[in-house]
Amino acid sequence: MASWADAAQGGLLIGCAAALLYLALGRIAGISGLFSAALRGPAAGGTPVLFLAGLGIGTLAGAALFGYNPRPASAERLAWVWLLGGTLVALGTWFGAGCTSGHGVCGIARLSVRSVAATVVFMLVAMATATALYR
Amino acid sequence: MKGLAALLAGLLFGLGLVLSSMVDPEQVLAFLTLSSRWDPALMFVMGAALCVTLPSFALARRRGSPWLSDRFFAPRASKVDARLLGGAALFGLGWGVTGYCPGPALSGVFLLDERALLFAGSYTLTVLLLNMRARQVDASARAQPDG
Repeated sequence: MASWADAAQGGLLIGCAAALLYLALGRIAGISGLFSAALRGPAAGGTPVLFLAGLGIGTLAGAALFGYNPRPASAERLAWVWLLGGTLVALGTWFGAGCTSGHGVCGIARLSVRSVAATVVFMLVAMATATALYR
Repeated sequence: MKGLAALLAGLLFGLGLVLSSMVDPEQVLAFLTLSSRWDPALMFVMGAALCVTLPSFALARRRGSPWLSDRFFAPRASKVDARLLGGAALFGLGWGVTGYCPGPALSGVFLLDERALLFAGSYTLTVLLLNMRARQVDASARAQPDG
């Protein structure tokens, strides 16, 4: 069980990150968008790369502070499941123009109808899929 | 200053992903799987994040420009179309199969989490191909402005 307090505090940190990126630089903290911009190279400017570098530093600091160690992959699922998931998420966030952070955290806060619709669809499909597979 | 703001925002985001357990796909699946073992804790991640972003983005709407940049780069599209909903459904499928959305997967890469490395490998390859295809489409659109 994840702790509700940790989940809420982690969510507050994520919210602060998204608010800072938008209020300071006018950029949406959508990870799929920032990642694909970072892969396009210097043309997209330094923000995506620096944000992702910060994400790495924050992750490593968080793992040290909160004592998190990842479990080994073979413990749960076969390699092809992770490979298939990565491909589906890349295609889906490309055509759907965003992921949990871009639509769910920033888009809803912008009162974007597209983001509300996308968030409802990906939440429902993700829950239906996980429930069908792992219940 | 701009670089520092981007770095700090990323850092807060990474800390949040670890503290909230989003970085562990098993915890995310425990939330996405509706069963007798359903763990609702992760509802509070998006809920708490929205408690910060809703007022912050409302403040941004009342300002002409960001603190350190000349304009807001929010998407201008407003139509809910099949491409958006189909994409969201595909994303939901991948998320539901693995428990990974892009942020936690990239976060996991920095921890050398094997699951994240596999997921991010195919994720990155697919995004590179999509980027390449978009560049080709752009280039041919420029070559034939009336086509």
